[in-house]
Amino acid sequence: MAIPFSYSLRNLWTRRLTTVLTAGGMALVVFVFAAILMLAAGLQQTLVETGSPDNVVVIRKGSMTEVQSGLDRQQASVIETEAEIALGPEGERLAAKEVVVLISLPKRDRDKPANVVIRGIAAASVALRPQVRLMEGRLPRAGSAEIMAGQSIAGRFKGGGLGETLRFGMRDWRIVGIFDAGNTGFNSEIWGDVDQLMQAFRRPVYSSAIFRLRNPRAFEAVRARLEGDPRLTVEAKRETRYYRDQSEMMATFLRILGITLTIIFSLGAVIGAMITMYAAVSNRTGEIGTLRALGFQRGSILAAFLMESLLLGFIGGCLGLFFASFMQLFTVSTMNFQTFSELAFSFTLTADIVWKALGFSLLMGLLGGVLPAVRASRMEIVDALREV
Amino acid sequence: MLILKLLFRNAFRHKLRTGLTILGITIAILAFGLLRTVVAAWYAGVEASSASRLVTRNAISLIFPLPISYKDKIRQVEGVRTVSYGTWFGGVYINEKNFFPNMAVEGESFLRMYPEFVLPDAELRAFLKDRKGFVAGRKLIAKFKWKMGDTVALKGLIFPGDWDFVLRGVYRGRDKTVDETQFLFHWDYLNERVKARMPGWANQVGFYMIDLNRPELAADVSTAIDGIFKNSLAETMTETEKAFQMGFVSMTEAIVMAIQAVSFIVIFIIMAVVANTMAMTTRERIGEYAVLKTLGFGGRHILALILGESLVITLIGGALGIVLTYPAAAMIGHKLSNFFPIFHIEAETVCLGCLAALLVGIVAAILPTRRAVGIRIAEGLRRIG
Repeated sequence: MAIPFSYSLRNLWTRRLTTVLTAGGMALVVFVFAAILMLAAGLQQTLVETGSPDNVVVIRKGSMTEVQSGLDRQQASVIETEAEIALGPEGERLAAKEVVVLISLPKRDRDKPANVVIRGIAAASVALRPQVRLMEGRLPRAGSAEIMAGQSIAGRFKGGGLGETLRFGMRDWRIVGIFDAGNTGFNSEIWGDVDQLMQAFRRPVYSSAIFRLRNPRAFEAVRARLEGDPRLTVEAKRETRYYRDQSEMMATFLRILGITLTIIFSLGAVIGAMITMYAAVSNRTGEIGTLRALGFQRGSILAAFLMESLLLGFIGGCLGLFFASFMQLFTVSTMNFQTFSELAFSFTLTADIVWKALGFSLLMGLLGGVLPAVRASRMEIVDALREV
Repeated sequence: MLILKLLFRNAFRHKLRTGLTILGITIAILAFGLLRTVVAAWYAGVEASSASRLVTRNAISLIFPLPISYKDKIRQVEGVRTVSYGTWFGGVYINEKNFFPNMAVEGESFLRMYPEFVLPDAELRAFLKDRKGFVAGRKLIAKFKWKMGDTVALKGLIFPGDWDFVLRGVYRGRDKTVDETQFLFHWDYLNERVKARMPGWANQVGFYMIDLNRPELAADVSTAIDGIFKNSLAETMTETEKAFQMGFVSMTEAIVMAIQAVSFIVIFIIMAVVANTMAMTTRERIGEYAVLKTLGFGGRHILALILGESLVITLIGGALGIVLTYPAAAMIGHKLSNFFPIFHIEAETVCLGCLAALLVGIVAAILPTRRAVGIRIAEGLRRIG
């Protein structure tokens, strides 16, 4: 017969201080575990959502990012004549030759500068990115020194707000619009007219060409055609793939950091649980003897003590997740090592992370409880009853 | 002496529990030390840079170059001793995983400006004579097993194509803070090939390095240099090498802060574990404390007993943790040499580790002591188990 569940629960309640301390230690571990997973998830989500699968990015062969790439006007025009490019509602080709550079801008709160991506856009650029929505103001007019800023730029950088001006490339640029690009990397960019920006930066070449495919499945054929063209030295990637590649190094770094930290920390918490459970067993030797004398089997005692330590883990896991969920209110901005530019993303709690964190906390409870529970179940009735 | 013996006896009454607690503290202090070392490694570039050197770059951002013609104008500024220049090459050896800094520099002046890069005279001469020659740090050579005279090919990401270099010199750091993984070659070689293939990019440098007569002149000289090029096609931004390096660190500040926060969380976790151990220990010994009180020992004695025991446990664990940090850091430093060329434990880290162990010992004893001291004798004696 099984020992009632309330036995385990009330045991925890009797030793409140110990329970709180043990569960608190576990909660901290789960908190760190969940927070780092949330960070990696946020980063990846931001960069993956930045691209759309129908879009193709063409950059110079061997350059990993748009910033390092360069396509001269002739090459860019060849790409623009590709037959598979989709047409817009008015029959225009959905292709854009863009220039992407970094400028360093000071932040609002402290004067420290950070690298910001500034993208020179063509007429089709906005149509190619359906995620981008204008929040305030209007789109910059072609041929003028007007720019628009992503939402996370507007708030955090000096001179980034609507109606303010930024100075770079020997000109003052007025911000006429603020755009929201949802959960994507475009939110950390500034957009302006491509020809004006190329002039200002004295850059005779484009950085990349972006176009929408008429038929998304034709990608392989288009890629083979572009990369095999003797006039071009380029590589073509799906936009989703391009942005995923950019987040790879950061995400790997976060994951390695997270796993290492969690393993080390969880060792501490498992030890804490083990100490608690060993003490619980040795304090209750007489009780265990009585239970056995009443006819409870060794298995039931093992189960009762395991249940107690799993409960400890569960409480810790819930507490940790509860506090970790508040992290969603924070936005992190850091430099992406690969693109060298500022990127803002937030902690994202996914169902997957919740399950992982809860499973992890139960595992900690199990590991901490298994040895003490085995010891409890192995006690001889007579010896246990004799002890005071 | 007697009390010390008593403390040890008490601490090891429950060998398993005390052993586990000590193990926990060892792990926590080890993790704390390693995390602090990672943070220090992040700042290594800042620590190693000098305050008497200035860096001039394009005001727009680092990816924009400056014309080579600026060199002579900068040299004329009062307070400037030498001017050198270079370009970040961003080449890749075999594949992207083998990252190391590689730069095209004006060899002679650059190496003169960096006395912390120690290079034998014969190798320096050999490097300066060979247009395709390069100099690399000791750790880099060891990692890829390059030998003197070997040809090494880098794939250019910024400057397309395959580039061949010949190893002519190996430098070692003057002290531990010097990065021994750099790869330096002649800017002339880069420029020559760029001229042939992408004439628009020729005669440009990524940055100027300026050595000052006296470090106090830094502010005046940087203002003067930026003044000269104001309103030109390529405006400049001049700052000390320290500030320049700090700029990189502050861009990734969020990560550093997170690591720092986590290094304190681990201390809290272990605090909970030790406090738990002490709480259990005192709960079991309430009867003994009542007996001690009956015999006339005051609250202060009981406090000394509990606090002392807690400190014995944490200090043993802390000492073990600190001792273990050294081999662990050596191992991790070897594994992560791509990310952190410099990875060594600072004296400050050790001190903080000791302090943390001490703090955990004291804090963990507070709650249990309050309980033990406050207990009434009759109640304590009546209680069983």
